[in-house]
Amino acid sequence: MTLIVNDLCVDHGAIRALDGVSMQVERGQLAAVIGANGAGKTTLLRTLSGLKSATSGSATWKDQNLLHSKPEKLVRFGVSHVSEGKSVIPELSVEENLNLGALWRRNAKESAETRVKIFETFPRLQERSAQLADTLSGGERQMLAIGRALMSKPDLLLLDEPSLGLAPLVIAQIFTSIRELTTQMGLTVVLVEQNAMSALEIADIGIVLNLGRVAAKGSAQSLIDNPQVRAAYLGY
Amino acid sequence: MFTLINTILIGLTSGSVYALMAIALVLVWRSTRVVNFAQAGQALLSTYIGFECIGRFHSFWVALIVAMILGAAVSALIEVIFMRTLFKRNTGPIAGVAPIIATLGLLGIIRGGIGIFMGGKEAIIRPPLSNVGFTVAGHTLAFSPFKLVIVSAVLVMMIGLSVVFTKTNIGLALRASAYAPEIARLAGVKVDAIRTLGWSIAGAAGAAAGMLQTPNGTGALSPDSLEFSLLLVFGFIAAVIGGLESLIGAVIGGLLLGLVLAVVLMYVNATLLFVTAFVLLIVVLLVRPQGIMGKKAGRRA
Repeated sequence: MTLIVNDLCVDHGAIRALDGVSMQVERGQLAAVIGANGAGKTTLLRTLSGLKSATSGSATWKDQNLLHSKPEKLVRFGVSHVSEGKSVIPELSVEENLNLGALWRRNAKESAETRVKIFETFPRLQERSAQLADTLSGGERQMLAIGRALMSKPDLLLLDEPSLGLAPLVIAQIFTSIRELTTQMGLTVVLVEQNAMSALEIADIGIVLNLGRVAAKGSAQSLIDNPQVRAAYLGY
Repeated sequence: MFTLINTILIGLTSGSVYALMAIALVLVWRSTRVVNFAQAGQALLSTYIGFECIGRFHSFWVALIVAMILGAAVSALIEVIFMRTLFKRNTGPIAGVAPIIATLGLLGIIRGGIGIFMGGKEAIIRPPLSNVGFTVAGHTLAFSPFKLVIVSAVLVMMIGLSVVFTKTNIGLALRASAYAPEIARLAGVKVDAIRTLGWSIAGAAGAAAGMLQTPNGTGALSPDSLEFSLLLVFGFIAAVIGGLESLIGAVIGGLLLGLVLAVVLMYVNATLLFVTAFVLLIVVLLVRPQGIMGKKAGRRA
Protein backbone atom coordinates (compact mmCIF):
# COMPACT_ATOMS: atom_id res chain seq x y z
CA MET A 1 0.00 0.00 0.00
CA THR A 2 2.23 2.71 -1.27
CA LEU A 3 1.27 5.67 -3.38
CA ILE A 4 3.74 5.67 -6.24
CA VAL A 5 3.76 8.53 -8.70
CA ASN A 6 6.16 8.00 -11.55
CA ASP A 7 7.23 10.54 -14.18
CA LEU A 8 3.80 12.17 -14.20
CA CYS A 9 3.15 14.80 -16.86
CA VAL A 10 -0.05 16.83 -17.02
CA ASP A 11 -0.93 19.59 -19.48
CA HIS A 12 -3.36 22.47 -19.30
CA GLY A 13 -3.81 23.03 -23.00
CA ALA A 14 -0.40 24.14 -24.27
CA ILE A 15 1.00 24.65 -20.79
CA ARG A 16 2.76 21.82 -19.01
CA ALA A 17 1.55 21.95 -15.41
CA LEU A 18 3.35 18.86 -14.14
CA ASP A 19 6.60 17.88 -15.80
CA GLY A 20 7.90 14.45 -14.82
CA VAL A 21 6.84 14.38 -11.18
CA SER A 22 7.88 11.28 -9.24
CA MET A 23 7.15 10.70 -5.58
CA GLN A 24 6.38 7.93 -3.17
CA VAL A 25 4.22 8.00 -0.04
CA GLU A 26 4.25 4.94 2.22
CA ARG A 27 1.09 3.72 3.88
CA GLY A 28 0.21 5.75 6.97
CA GLN A 29 2.50 8.60 6.02
CA LEU A 30 1.49 12.23 5.79
CA ALA A 31 3.18 13.87 2.83
CA ALA A 32 3.29 17.65 2.52
CA VAL A 33 3.51 19.01 -1.02
CA ILE A 34 4.68 22.60 -0.87
CA GLY A 35 5.58 25.23 -3.42
CA ALA A 36 4.59 28.61 -4.75
CA ASN A 37 1.45 29.52 -6.67
CA GLY A 38 1.40 27.78 -10.04
CA ALA A 39 3.89 25.11 -8.99
CA GLY A 40 1.39 22.40 -9.93
CA LYS A 41 0.30 21.36 -6.45
CA THR A 42 -3.42 21.53 -7.11
CA THR A 43 -2.98 19.90 -10.51
CA LEU A 44 -1.21 16.98 -8.82
CA LEU A 45 -4.17 16.37 -6.50
CA ARG A 46 -6.76 16.84 -9.23
CA THR A 47 -4.92 14.28 -11.35
CA LEU A 48 -4.72 11.78 -8.50
CA SER A 49 -8.46 12.07 -7.77
CA GLY A 50 -9.50 11.75 -11.42
CA LEU A 51 -10.70 15.32 -11.98
CA LYS A 52 -7.89 15.97 -14.45
CA SER A 53 -6.46 13.57 -16.98
CA ALA A 54 -2.74 12.96 -17.24
CA THR A 55 -0.69 13.22 -20.41
CA SER A 56 1.84 10.56 -19.46
CA GLY A 57 3.38 8.75 -16.52
CA SER A 58 1.69 6.68 -13.86
CA ALA A 59 0.23 6.88 -10.38
CA THR A 60 -0.57 3.69 -8.51
CA TRP A 61 -2.32 3.10 -5.21
CA LYS A 62 -2.93 -0.37 -3.79
CA ASP A 63 -1.22 -1.68 -6.94
CA GLN A 64 -3.82 -0.12 -9.22
CA ASN A 65 -3.45 2.70 -11.70
CA LEU A 66 -5.31 5.81 -10.55
CA LEU A 67 -5.00 7.68 -13.83
CA HIS A 68 -7.81 7.80 -16.39
CA SER A 69 -10.48 6.87 -13.84
CA LYS A 70 -13.48 8.98 -12.87
CA PRO A 71 -13.53 10.60 -9.41
CA GLU A 72 -16.76 8.82 -8.47
CA LYS A 73 -15.03 5.53 -9.18
CA LEU A 74 -11.84 6.43 -7.31
CA VAL A 75 -13.84 7.38 -4.21
CA ARG A 76 -15.09 3.80 -4.10
CA PHE A 77 -11.47 2.70 -4.36
CA GLY A 78 -10.55 4.66 -1.23
CA VAL A 79 -9.34 7.96 -2.69
CA SER A 80 -10.99 11.02 -1.13
CA HIS A 81 -10.21 14.53 -2.29
CA VAL A 82 -10.93 17.78 -0.45
CA SER A 83 -10.62 20.27 -3.26
CA GLU A 84 -9.32 23.81 -2.93
CA GLY A 85 -11.43 26.46 -1.23
CA LYS A 86 -13.46 24.64 1.41
CA SER A 87 -15.24 22.08 -0.66
CA VAL A 88 -18.61 22.04 1.00
CA ILE A 89 -22.01 22.72 -0.55
CA PRO A 90 -23.38 25.88 1.13
CA GLU A 91 -26.98 25.16 0.15
CA LEU A 92 -27.00 21.86 2.06
CA SER A 93 -27.05 21.38 5.81
CA VAL A 94 -23.96 20.22 7.68
CA GLU A 95 -25.51 16.80 8.13
CA GLU A 96 -26.40 16.55 4.43
CA ASN A 97 -22.86 17.52 3.45
CA LEU A 98 -21.56 14.68 5.61
CA ASN A 99 -24.17 12.21 4.33
CA LEU A 100 -23.20 13.07 0.78
CA GLY A 101 -19.79 11.50 1.31
CA ALA A 102 -21.39 8.24 2.44
CA LEU A 103 -24.21 8.02 -0.13
CA TRP A 104 -22.53 5.27 -2.11
CA ARG A 105 -21.75 3.23 1.00
CA ARG A 106 -24.36 0.58 1.57
CA ASN A 107 -23.53 -0.04 5.23
CA ALA A 108 -25.46 2.51 7.30
CA LYS A 109 -23.99 1.26 10.56
CA GLU A 110 -20.44 1.78 9.37
CA SER A 111 -21.31 5.26 8.14
CA ALA A 112 -22.78 6.10 11.54
CA GLU A 113 -19.55 4.97 13.21
CA THR A 114 -17.52 7.20 10.90
CA ARG A 115 -19.80 10.10 11.73
CA VAL A 116 -19.26 9.56 15.47
CA LYS A 117 -15.52 9.65 14.86
CA ILE A 118 -15.80 12.89 12.87
CA PHE A 119 -17.93 14.50 15.57
CA GLU A 120 -15.35 13.47 18.20
CA THR A 121 -12.66 15.26 16.24
CA PHE A 122 -14.81 18.25 15.26
CA PRO A 123 -17.49 18.72 17.95
CA ARG A 124 -18.51 22.00 16.34
CA LEU A 125 -19.93 20.07 13.40
CA GLN A 126 -22.22 18.11 15.70
CA GLU A 127 -23.47 21.30 17.34
CA ARG A 128 -24.25 22.73 13.93
CA SER A 129 -25.38 19.61 12.15
CA ALA A 130 -28.83 21.00 11.30
CA GLN A 131 -27.54 24.37 10.05
CA LEU A 132 -26.87 25.20 6.44
CA ALA A 133 -23.17 24.94 5.60
CA ASP A 134 -23.52 28.53 4.35
CA THR A 135 -23.75 29.72 7.96
CA LEU A 136 -20.43 28.15 9.01
CA SER A 137 -17.20 30.04 9.59
CA GLY A 138 -14.22 29.38 7.32
CA GLY A 139 -12.61 27.01 9.79
CA GLU A 140 -15.84 25.09 10.34
CA ARG A 141 -16.29 24.76 6.60
CA GLN A 142 -12.85 23.26 6.30
CA MET A 143 -13.68 20.82 9.09
CA LEU A 144 -16.88 19.92 7.27
CA ALA A 145 -15.02 19.43 3.98
CA ILE A 146 -12.58 17.07 5.68
CA GLY A 147 -15.46 15.35 7.47
CA ARG A 148 -17.29 14.85 4.17
CA ALA A 149 -14.18 13.29 2.66
CA LEU A 150 -13.78 10.97 5.66
CA MET A 151 -17.40 9.84 5.37
CA SER A 152 -16.38 8.11 2.14
CA LYS A 153 -14.09 5.93 4.26
CA PRO A 154 -10.90 6.69 2.38
CA ASP A 155 -7.49 5.15 2.87
CA LEU A 156 -5.85 7.82 0.71
CA LEU A 157 -6.85 11.37 1.62
CA LEU A 158 -5.93 14.28 -0.65
CA LEU A 159 -6.14 17.71 1.01
CA ASP A 160 -5.83 20.89 -1.03
CA GLU A 161 -4.81 23.96 1.01
CA PRO A 162 -6.89 23.44 4.13
CA SER A 163 -5.32 26.60 5.60
CA LEU A 164 -6.55 28.88 2.81
CA GLY A 165 -8.05 32.07 4.21
CA LEU A 166 -8.01 30.92 7.83
CA ALA A 167 -6.67 32.64 10.95
CA PRO A 168 -3.39 31.25 12.35
CA LEU A 169 -5.05 29.84 15.46
CA VAL A 170 -7.66 28.00 13.39
CA ILE A 171 -4.95 26.70 11.07
CA ALA A 172 -3.04 25.27 14.02
CA GLN A 173 -6.18 23.55 15.28
CA ILE A 174 -7.06 22.05 11.89
CA PHE A 175 -3.51 20.85 11.26
CA THR A 176 -3.42 19.16 14.67
CA SER A 177 -6.69 17.42 13.79
CA ILE A 178 -5.32 16.32 10.42
CA ARG A 179 -2.30 14.77 12.11
CA GLU A 180 -4.49 13.01 14.70
CA LEU A 181 -6.89 11.67 12.10
CA THR A 182 -4.03 10.38 9.96
CA THR A 183 -2.67 8.35 12.84
CA GLN A 184 -5.97 7.23 14.36
CA MET A 185 -7.66 6.20 11.13
CA GLY A 186 -4.51 4.79 9.53
CA LEU A 187 -4.81 7.15 6.56
CA THR A 188 -2.24 7.96 3.95
CA VAL A 189 -2.41 11.70 3.32
CA VAL A 190 -1.15 14.03 0.61
CA LEU A 191 -1.42 17.56 1.97
CA VAL A 192 -0.93 20.38 -0.51
CA GLU A 193 -0.04 23.67 1.17
CA GLN A 194 1.32 27.14 0.56
CA ASN A 195 1.66 27.44 4.29
CA ALA A 196 4.85 25.40 4.07
CA MET A 197 6.06 25.53 7.66
CA SER A 198 2.75 24.46 9.22
CA ALA A 199 2.48 21.63 6.72
CA LEU A 200 6.04 20.34 7.17
CA GLU A 201 5.67 20.44 10.96
CA ILE A 202 2.94 17.79 10.93
CA ALA A 203 4.21 15.87 7.90
CA ASP A 204 6.39 12.77 7.73
CA ILE A 205 7.81 13.58 4.32
CA GLY A 206 7.83 16.62 2.11
CA ILE A 207 7.92 17.31 -1.62
CA VAL A 208 8.79 20.74 -2.96
CA LEU A 209 7.30 21.53 -6.36
CA ASN A 210 8.60 24.34 -8.52
CA LEU A 211 7.08 25.10 -11.94
CA GLY A 212 5.76 21.58 -12.29
CA ARG A 213 8.94 19.78 -11.26
CA VAL A 214 10.12 18.25 -8.03
CA ALA A 215 12.70 20.70 -6.65
CA ALA A 216 13.43 18.80 -3.44
CA LYS A 217 12.06 15.90 -1.44
CA GLY A 218 12.86 13.99 1.69
CA SER A 219 11.81 13.68 5.29
CA ALA A 220 9.89 16.69 6.53
CA GLN A 221 12.64 17.47 9.03
CA SER A 222 15.34 17.35 6.37
CA LEU A 223 13.42 19.92 4.32
CA ILE A 224 12.97 22.16 7.32
CA ASP A 225 16.73 21.93 7.87
CA ASN A 226 17.59 22.49 4.22
CA PRO A 227 18.91 26.09 3.85
CA GLN A 228 17.68 26.50 0.28
CA VAL A 229 14.17 25.31 1.11
CA ARG A 230 14.19 27.55 4.18
CA ALA A 231 15.16 30.57 2.15
CA ALA A 232 12.73 29.94 -0.70
CA TYR A 233 9.64 28.56 1.03
CA LEU A 234 9.85 28.94 4.78
CA GLY A 235 10.88 32.55 4.72
CA TYR A 236 13.74 32.60 7.19
CA MET B 1 -67.83 38.39 -4.59
CA PHE B 2 -68.34 35.42 -6.89
CA THR B 3 -66.21 37.07 -9.50
CA LEU B 4 -63.39 37.30 -6.98
CA ILE B 5 -63.77 33.67 -5.91
CA ASN B 6 -63.87 32.59 -9.54
CA THR B 7 -60.80 34.65 -10.29
CA ILE B 8 -58.88 32.92 -7.53
CA LEU B 9 -60.09 29.48 -8.65
CA ILE B 10 -59.13 30.10 -12.26
CA GLY B 11 -55.77 31.43 -11.14
CA LEU B 12 -55.05 28.41 -8.96
CA THR B 13 -56.02 25.91 -11.65
CA SER B 14 -54.02 27.44 -14.48
CA GLY B 15 -51.25 28.42 -12.07
CA SER B 16 -50.77 24.86 -10.90
CA VAL B 17 -50.28 23.71 -14.49
CA TYR B 18 -47.80 26.52 -15.14
CA ALA B 19 -46.04 25.45 -11.94
CA LEU B 20 -45.72 21.91 -13.28
CA MET B 21 -44.15 23.18 -16.47
CA ALA B 22 -41.93 25.53 -14.48
CA ILE B 23 -40.76 22.59 -12.35
CA ALA B 24 -39.81 20.73 -15.53
CA LEU B 25 -37.75 23.71 -16.72
CA VAL B 26 -36.14 24.23 -13.31
CA LEU B 27 -35.14 20.56 -13.00
CA VAL B 28 -33.39 20.66 -16.37
CA TRP B 29 -31.80 24.01 -15.62
CA ARG B 30 -30.49 22.74 -12.29
CA SER B 31 -29.07 19.54 -13.69
CA THR B 32 -27.48 20.80 -16.92
CA ARG B 33 -27.71 24.63 -16.87
CA VAL B 34 -29.80 24.58 -20.01
CA VAL B 35 -33.12 26.32 -20.58
CA ASN B 36 -34.90 23.54 -22.38
CA PHE B 37 -37.17 25.05 -25.04
CA ALA B 38 -37.78 21.55 -26.35
CA GLN B 39 -39.83 20.95 -23.20
CA ALA B 40 -42.92 22.20 -25.06
CA GLY B 41 -42.25 19.68 -27.83
CA GLN B 42 -41.60 16.88 -25.36
CA ALA B 43 -44.83 17.70 -23.53
CA LEU B 44 -46.70 17.73 -26.84
CA LEU B 45 -45.18 14.39 -27.86
CA SER B 46 -46.06 12.91 -24.46
CA THR B 47 -49.60 14.19 -24.75
CA TYR B 48 -49.92 12.62 -28.20
CA ILE B 49 -48.68 9.37 -26.67
CA GLY B 50 -51.33 9.84 -23.98
CA PHE B 51 -53.95 10.40 -26.68
CA GLU B 52 -52.99 7.13 -28.39
CA CYS B 53 -53.15 5.35 -25.04
CA ILE B 54 -56.65 6.62 -24.36
CA GLY B 55 -57.70 5.07 -27.66
CA ARG B 56 -56.13 1.78 -26.64
CA PHE B 57 -56.84 1.49 -22.90
CA HIS B 58 -59.96 3.69 -22.70
CA SER B 59 -58.74 5.23 -19.49
CA PHE B 60 -57.46 8.78 -19.15
CA TRP B 61 -55.64 7.93 -15.93
CA VAL B 62 -53.78 4.95 -17.36
CA ALA B 63 -52.89 7.17 -20.32
CA LEU B 64 -51.65 9.89 -17.98
CA ILE B 65 -49.33 7.45 -16.21
CA VAL B 66 -48.06 5.97 -19.50
CA ALA B 67 -47.52 9.46 -20.95
CA MET B 68 -45.51 10.45 -17.88
CA ILE B 69 -43.37 7.30 -18.00
CA LEU B 70 -42.69 7.57 -21.73
CA GLY B 71 -42.22 11.34 -21.38
CA ALA B 72 -39.54 10.60 -18.79
CA ALA B 73 -37.92 8.04 -21.10
CA VAL B 74 -37.86 10.42 -24.07
CA SER B 75 -36.38 13.14 -21.89
CA ALA B 76 -33.69 10.78 -20.59
CA LEU B 77 -32.84 9.76 -24.16
CA ILE B 78 -32.54 13.38 -25.23
CA GLU B 79 -30.12 14.03 -22.38
CA VAL B 80 -27.99 10.93 -23.00
CA ILE B 81 -27.86 10.99 -26.80
CA PHE B 82 -28.28 14.64 -27.65
CA MET B 83 -27.14 16.86 -24.77
CA ARG B 84 -24.07 14.85 -23.77
CA THR B 85 -22.77 14.87 -27.34
CA LEU B 86 -23.52 18.57 -27.58
CA PHE B 87 -21.55 19.35 -24.43
CA LYS B 88 -18.65 17.20 -25.59
CA ARG B 89 -18.43 18.73 -29.08
CA ASN B 90 -18.97 22.37 -28.22
CA THR B 91 -16.15 24.36 -26.72
CA GLY B 92 -15.14 27.98 -26.76
CA PRO B 93 -17.50 30.94 -27.04
CA ILE B 94 -20.33 28.95 -28.58
CA ALA B 95 -20.41 26.47 -25.68
CA GLY B 96 -22.53 28.75 -23.49
CA VAL B 97 -25.39 29.26 -25.93
CA ALA B 98 -25.14 26.26 -28.25
CA PRO B 99 -27.14 23.88 -26.01
CA ILE B 100 -29.97 26.38 -25.55
CA ILE B 101 -30.21 27.15 -29.25
CA ALA B 102 -30.00 23.42 -29.90
CA THR B 103 -33.07 22.81 -27.72
CA LEU B 104 -34.92 25.29 -29.95
CA GLY B 105 -33.87 23.19 -32.93
CA LEU B 106 -35.03 20.09 -31.14
CA LEU B 107 -38.40 21.73 -30.48
CA GLY B 108 -38.80 22.29 -34.21
CA ILE B 109 -37.76 18.73 -34.99
CA ILE B 110 -40.18 17.21 -32.50
CA ARG B 111 -43.05 19.36 -33.72
CA GLY B 112 -42.17 18.60 -37.33
CA GLY B 113 -41.96 14.89 -36.57
CA ILE B 114 -45.35 14.92 -34.91
CA GLY B 115 -46.68 16.84 -37.90
CA ILE B 116 -45.44 14.16 -40.30
CA PHE B 117 -46.88 11.23 -38.39
CA MET B 118 -49.94 12.71 -36.74
CA GLY B 119 -50.62 15.86 -38.74
CA GLY B 120 -53.66 14.76 -40.67
CA LYS B 121 -55.29 13.02 -37.77
CA GLU B 122 -57.86 14.68 -35.55
CA ALA B 123 -56.77 14.37 -31.95
CA ILE B 124 -59.00 15.41 -29.10
CA ILE B 125 -58.64 14.54 -25.43
CA ARG B 126 -61.81 14.90 -23.44
CA PRO B 127 -61.86 15.48 -19.71
CA PRO B 128 -62.28 12.18 -17.83
CA LEU B 129 -64.56 13.89 -15.32
CA SER B 130 -67.16 16.59 -15.65
CA ASN B 131 -65.61 19.93 -16.46
CA VAL B 132 -68.87 21.75 -15.70
CA GLY B 133 -68.46 24.07 -12.75
CA PHE B 134 -69.85 23.32 -9.31
CA THR B 135 -73.00 25.26 -8.52
CA VAL B 136 -73.17 27.08 -5.22
CA ALA B 137 -76.27 29.08 -4.25
CA GLY B 138 -77.37 29.43 -7.83
CA HIS B 139 -73.97 30.60 -9.06
CA THR B 140 -71.74 28.47 -11.25
CA LEU B 141 -68.16 28.41 -10.02
CA ALA B 142 -65.20 28.34 -12.38
CA PHE B 143 -64.21 25.15 -10.68
CA SER B 144 -65.26 21.70 -11.82
CA PRO B 145 -64.61 18.15 -10.60
CA PHE B 146 -61.90 17.86 -13.27
CA LYS B 147 -60.26 21.12 -12.24
CA LEU B 148 -60.31 19.91 -8.65
CA VAL B 149 -58.50 16.77 -9.81
CA ILE B 150 -55.95 18.88 -11.73
CA VAL B 151 -55.14 20.98 -8.69
CA SER B 152 -54.99 17.92 -6.41
CA ALA B 153 -52.86 15.93 -8.85
CA VAL B 154 -50.39 18.78 -9.16
CA LEU B 155 -50.37 19.19 -5.37
CA VAL B 156 -49.69 15.48 -4.85
CA MET B 157 -46.85 15.52 -7.41
CA MET B 158 -45.28 18.56 -5.77
CA ILE B 159 -45.46 17.07 -2.29
CA GLY B 160 -44.06 13.83 -3.68
CA LEU B 161 -41.20 15.65 -5.37
CA SER B 162 -40.36 17.72 -2.31
CA VAL B 163 -40.29 14.57 -0.14
CA VAL B 164 -37.99 12.88 -2.65
CA PHE B 165 -35.75 15.93 -2.84
CA THR B 166 -35.43 16.62 0.87
CA LYS B 167 -35.79 13.21 2.54
CA THR B 168 -34.14 10.64 0.30
CA ASN B 169 -30.62 9.76 -0.75
CA ILE B 170 -31.51 10.20 -4.40
CA GLY B 171 -32.86 13.66 -3.58
CA LEU B 172 -29.63 14.56 -1.79
CA ALA B 173 -27.65 13.38 -4.81
CA LEU B 174 -29.92 15.41 -7.12
CA ARG B 175 -29.48 18.57 -5.09
CA ALA B 176 -25.73 18.12 -4.61
CA SER B 177 -25.22 17.50 -8.34
CA ALA B 178 -27.21 20.64 -9.13
CA TYR B 179 -25.41 22.93 -6.69
CA ALA B 180 -21.85 21.64 -6.97
CA PRO B 181 -21.28 18.88 -9.52
CA GLU B 182 -17.55 18.65 -8.85
CA ILE B 183 -17.93 18.21 -5.10
CA ALA B 184 -20.73 15.72 -5.71
CA ARG B 185 -18.44 13.67 -7.95
CA LEU B 186 -15.65 13.80 -5.38
CA ALA B 187 -18.16 12.50 -2.84
CA GLY B 188 -18.88 9.55 -5.12
CA VAL B 189 -22.15 10.69 -6.71
CA LYS B 190 -22.53 9.49 -10.31
CA VAL B 191 -23.40 12.94 -11.53
CA ASP B 192 -23.99 11.93 -15.17
CA ALA B 193 -26.63 9.41 -14.17
CA ILE B 194 -28.19 11.88 -11.74
CA ARG B 195 -28.42 14.45 -14.57
CA THR B 196 -30.29 11.96 -16.70
CA LEU B 197 -32.61 11.33 -13.77
CA GLY B 198 -33.25 15.09 -13.44
CA TRP B 199 -34.16 15.25 -17.12
CA SER B 200 -36.50 12.29 -16.83
CA ILE B 201 -38.38 13.74 -13.86
CA ALA B 202 -38.69 16.94 -15.89
CA GLY B 203 -40.03 14.92 -18.84
CA ALA B 204 -42.66 13.34 -16.61
CA ALA B 205 -43.68 16.71 -15.15
CA GLY B 206 -43.99 18.23 -18.62
CA ALA B 207 -46.05 15.24 -19.78
CA ALA B 208 -48.40 15.69 -16.81
CA ALA B 209 -48.74 19.40 -17.57
CA GLY B 210 -49.67 18.65 -21.19
CA MET B 211 -52.06 15.83 -20.32
CA LEU B 212 -53.90 17.89 -17.71
CA GLN B 213 -53.94 21.19 -19.59
CA THR B 214 -55.19 19.87 -22.93
CA PRO B 215 -58.63 18.51 -21.83
CA ASN B 216 -59.06 21.51 -19.56
CA GLY B 217 -58.86 23.76 -22.63
CA THR B 218 -60.34 22.95 -26.00
CA GLY B 219 -59.04 19.37 -25.85
CA ALA B 220 -57.70 19.59 -29.38
CA LEU B 221 -54.12 18.57 -30.12
CA SER B 222 -52.21 19.74 -33.14
CA PRO B 223 -48.52 19.64 -34.07
CA ASP B 224 -48.36 23.43 -34.11
CA SER B 225 -50.50 23.81 -31.01
CA LEU B 226 -50.46 27.37 -29.69
CA GLU B 227 -51.55 26.05 -26.32
CA PHE B 228 -48.24 24.22 -25.84
CA SER B 229 -46.22 27.26 -26.86
CA LEU B 230 -48.11 29.26 -24.25
CA LEU B 231 -47.50 26.51 -21.72
CA LEU B 232 -43.77 26.78 -22.38
CA VAL B 233 -43.76 30.58 -22.22
CA PHE B 234 -45.86 30.74 -19.04
CA GLY B 235 -43.89 27.91 -17.46
CA PHE B 236 -40.67 29.73 -18.28
CA ILE B 237 -41.98 33.01 -16.84
CA ALA B 238 -43.10 31.17 -13.69
CA ALA B 239 -39.68 29.53 -13.39
CA VAL B 240 -37.86 32.84 -13.78
CA ILE B 241 -40.17 34.57 -11.28
CA GLY B 242 -39.29 31.75 -8.89
CA GLY B 243 -35.56 32.20 -9.44
CA LEU B 244 -34.99 29.35 -11.94
CA GLU B 245 -33.13 27.38 -9.25
CA SER B 246 -35.84 26.60 -6.77
CA LEU B 247 -38.67 24.08 -7.00
CA ILE B 248 -40.69 25.97 -4.39
CA GLY B 249 -39.96 29.14 -6.34
CA ALA B 250 -41.35 27.48 -9.47
CA VAL B 251 -44.57 26.61 -7.65
CA ILE B 252 -44.94 30.10 -6.19
CA GLY B 253 -44.08 31.64 -9.56
CA GLY B 254 -46.66 29.45 -11.30
CA LEU B 255 -49.45 30.25 -8.86
CA LEU B 256 -48.60 33.96 -8.84
CA LEU B 257 -48.63 34.11 -12.63
CA GLY B 258 -51.90 32.16 -12.71
CA LEU B 259 -53.54 34.55 -10.26
CA VAL B 260 -52.32 37.70 -11.98
CA LEU B 261 -53.49 36.41 -15.37
CA ALA B 262 -56.85 35.45 -13.87
CA VAL B 263 -57.31 38.98 -12.51
CA VAL B 264 -56.56 40.39 -15.96
CA LEU B 265 -58.93 37.89 -17.57
CA MET B 266 -61.83 38.58 -15.20
CA TYR B 267 -61.46 42.28 -14.48
CA VAL B 268 -59.60 43.77 -17.42
CA ASN B 269 -59.52 42.19 -20.83
CA ALA B 270 -58.61 38.74 -22.12
CA THR B 271 -56.62 40.23 -24.97
CA LEU B 272 -54.13 41.61 -22.45
CA LEU B 273 -53.22 38.15 -21.06
CA PHE B 274 -50.11 37.65 -23.09
CA VAL B 275 -48.67 41.10 -22.61
CA THR B 276 -49.38 40.97 -18.86
CA ALA B 277 -47.35 37.80 -18.50
CA PHE B 278 -44.38 39.45 -20.16
CA VAL B 279 -44.77 42.66 -18.19
CA LEU B 280 -44.72 40.58 -15.02
CA LEU B 281 -41.56 38.83 -16.23
CA ILE B 282 -39.82 42.13 -16.97
CA VAL B 283 -40.91 43.69 -13.68
CA VAL B 284 -39.54 40.73 -11.71
CA LEU B 285 -36.30 40.80 -13.68
CA LEU B 286 -35.91 44.54 -13.06
CA VAL B 287 -36.99 44.67 -9.43
CA ARG B 288 -35.81 41.30 -8.17
CA PRO B 289 -33.55 39.76 -10.82
CA GLN B 290 -32.69 36.78 -8.63
CA GLY B 291 -36.38 35.81 -8.61
CA ILE B 292 -38.56 35.35 -5.57
CA MET B 293 -36.67 32.42 -4.09
CA GLY B 294 -33.31 33.04 -5.72
CA LYS B 295 -30.31 34.05 -3.66
CA LYS B 296 -29.18 37.64 -3.79
CA ALA B 297 -25.47 37.07 -4.25
CA GLY B 298 -24.08 34.79 -6.91
CA ARG B 299 -23.12 31.35 -5.79
CA ARG B 300 -19.76 31.11 -4.16
CA ALA B 301 -17.34 28.79 -5.89
